[in-house]
Amino acid sequence: MSTDSKADVKESEILAAGYQVSHSKSPVFYDTYERKDELQHQTHYCPGCGHGIAHKLIAEALADLGLQDKTIFVSPVGCSVFAYYYFDVGNVQLAHGRAPAGATGIKRARPDKIVISYQGDGDLAAIGTAEIIHAANRGEKITVFFLNNAIYGMTGGQMAPTTLVGQKSTTSPWGRRPVNEGFPLHMAELISTLEAPVYVERVALSDNKNIMKARKAVRRALEIQRDGIGFSFVEILSPCPTIWAKDPVEARKWVAEKMIPVFPLNVFRDRKHEPVENAVIPIRPIPEVLEISSTQGGTAALVLPGEPSSPKHTHHFQEFAIKIAGFGGQGVLLLGQLLTEMGMREGLEVSWLPSYGPEMRSGSAHCHVCLSKERIGSPLISHPDVLVAMNELSLRKFAPQVAPGGLILYNQARLPQDFQLPQARVICIPASEMADKLGSTKATNIILMGALLEETECLLAATAEEVLQTKIKKVEMMEINRKALAAGREFIDHYVRVGAVSQPDGFAY
Amino acid sequence: MRQLCKGNVAVVKGAILAGCQAYYGYPITPASEIAEAAALLLPQVSGTFLQAESEVAAINMVYGAAAAGARVMTASSGPGLSLMQEGISYLAGSELPCVIVDVVRGGPGLGNIAPEQSDYFAMVKGGGHGCYRNLVLAPASVQEMADLTVLAFELADKYRNPAIVLADGFIGQMMEPIELEYHEVRLPERPWAVQGTPETRKNLISSIYLETDALEEHVRKLEAKYIRASQIEARHETLQTEDAEVLLVGYGITSRVLRSAVEMARREGLKAGLFRPITLWPFPAKALVEAANKVNRVLVVELSNGQMVEDVRLALNGKVPVEFYGRTGGNVPSVEEVHSQLMQHVMALI
Repeated sequence: MSTDSKADVKESEILAAGYQVSHSKSPVFYDTYERKDELQHQTHYCPGCGHGIAHKLIAEALADLGLQDKTIFVSPVGCSVFAYYYFDVGNVQLAHGRAPAGATGIKRARPDKIVISYQGDGDLAAIGTAEIIHAANRGEKITVFFLNNAIYGMTGGQMAPTTLVGQKSTTSPWGRRPVNEGFPLHMAELISTLEAPVYVERVALSDNKNIMKARKAVRRALEIQRDGIGFSFVEILSPCPTIWAKDPVEARKWVAEKMIPVFPLNVFRDRKHEPVENAVIPIRPIPEVLEISSTQGGTAALVLPGEPSSPKHTHHFQEFAIKIAGFGGQGVLLLGQLLTEMGMREGLEVSWLPSYGPEMRSGSAHCHVCLSKERIGSPLISHPDVLVAMNELSLRKFAPQVAPGGLILYNQARLPQDFQLPQARVICIPASEMADKLGSTKATNIILMGALLEETECLLAATAEEVLQTKIKKVEMMEINRKALAAGREFIDHYVRVGAVSQPDGFAY
Repeated sequence: MRQLCKGNVAVVKGAILAGCQAYYGYPITPASEIAEAAALLLPQVSGTFLQAESEVAAINMVYGAAAAGARVMTASSGPGLSLMQEGISYLAGSELPCVIVDVVRGGPGLGNIAPEQSDYFAMVKGGGHGCYRNLVLAPASVQEMADLTVLAFELADKYRNPAIVLADGFIGQMMEPIELEYHEVRLPERPWAVQGTPETRKNLISSIYLETDALEEHVRKLEAKYIRASQIEARHETLQTEDAEVLLVGYGITSRVLRSAVEMARREGLKAGLFRPITLWPFPAKALVEAANKVNRVLVVELSNGQMVEDVRLALNGKVPVEFYGRTGGNVPSVEEVHSQLMQHVMALI
């Protein structure tokens, strides 16, 4: 494909084609720029503007590399917002500063396509700083062309993050003062401090020699993407005659004399990466990943398949509500989940509602478990049939809520001295001590579960074993839990059923 | 077969069943398990998961992926959704389909992480700039977190518009049994998408229309789409409304409390009924008018200081007195609390 494919067209044909832009035009440019009826022969860029040159360099490169059909061009907000009027490629227009994020979404969806993010200095280096840094840091396999003209063009000459010290703008009317606005941002240097980018260069549209260097840089950047090597970034110092209030020739001179000393031209990065090791993610069939098939064992700890395996149990309640409370780390939430899972396996409607908080450890935690024969309304329990209080704080806080005639299982040998008894039965059970003796404090919650099942008969102990089996992979830990379950049940049998029954005035035994 | 599942995890399972190909998001309580489940599960079915640098970036990654023709989603909670509003406006303006899940927490500002329903205005009425609508679905169970996510993907594609699943901290955090069925998904053709192919080379995804008439035409086109959706997409559920004298109205987790309150009232001989909007936009106004036809009081309960109640009043247009009861700060009213409110309003009638 030649960039001058239509250069030989006769003048009469040009006239016959009306406003067709056919002289020395890259085929990657549209034939007409459909902006306004009367302006189809010209671009909306000002005379001497750098965008025209940069567009041409990119269009030529795309044509020469044969990439037109597979290119997706992301337009930013700024003067180049209308890039899609010129580039005859797939076009996506994005919000101010977000082009690298959008380009990320496009490239990840279409990894074999060429994705170009074309941005100005306000877009890339002010409002979109986070997006460009992170896209570069991830090594997105996209190409970013950064047009730096040290000013906001489209909005009419406000200060840019790259405005030079002392340079006047409508929002720095005394010239940029570092004491107020800081110093110009050096994006190419900034990006070349990152690990991932493979190609970072700064070029300038200051004279023909530098434009030829820019032409080379544009091609190199696109080749790197074509070959799937990594992130490429070209900063292009660009004249803005209109806002700078200079003629095109003076503006070019200003780039050379004022901008280049501040933004030195350089290849900051041009390298290939050593291969880095990445964990390999297994690809599995969807039903297996979603645990839909009954043959699959659970992998995610909290999401297990459950078949109502013990439907024989006829439950003595319509609805049974359990509240479990204690410190974070005591297995409060897990105990609730186990009971919920058991209820589901026994064919009940169930819900589990946790307290959730920013405190990861030693904060308080509680959860609500509803077991019901019918569809569950509110999963939030106001008056539990059973409270499992794993510490004193929980006992004091939640005991008054227990339904009249309900049950409290308290994880201590004795109630606190000054404790005012609610209208509920209390069983004190030194579960933590018992768990220690079994070899793991972690089994405290399972001892309490054993006691709960034995005392209330809300669910079957056999179902408990079945659920524990699916959750606990370590043989030793399963053995401890099995013992804990039995210990909790035996405690009720020996100390509660035989001998003193829990009394309204206090002690269980 | 039933499996016990957390609401937030069910969202991702539903998304995968719907053929979701990419997830871009940023962690926030109480929605983080959605990102975590997506990170674990999506790559195993050849999908993309990426934790973005911010919600602002995440929603624009969604925009890019949708522009390129992918089935894509994100999720967050109130503060994150505030940051995404710009992007949502662009998505609607550019007519890009995507699914956004909001697991609402307490606000304003940093607020807290407990459940509220205070993002109703932000999600249902717009929130971003310009004339646009979101399709908004309100799950009230873990099963619906999966089912309505699937529906959200379908509606998003049908209308080329963002669809929002508006949940709350409790629905996101709670676990219930769910049943999922796998069917092979045939994703819709997206000839409008920019795919980097010769056929789609002329395509442009954009929301800019500088000419006043061109923008007005575009806004009218969007509006026609919204009118079409409002005529056929409203969904709701009723409980015991046939002979109801008082009607409770609530969505999401609140509707669960109201369900119990209806039962409690009925046990005491008060003929109460429940109307639960499943779609918040379009709002099931017609169905509500029918359900409220014979009642003498309506009580709207929300975890906010009164947002959906405005749509209820608009729908009923003064035909029935509409009372409101709201809790905020992350407090979810108990059944007894709602019951006593209900009795107060009923007593006032006598």
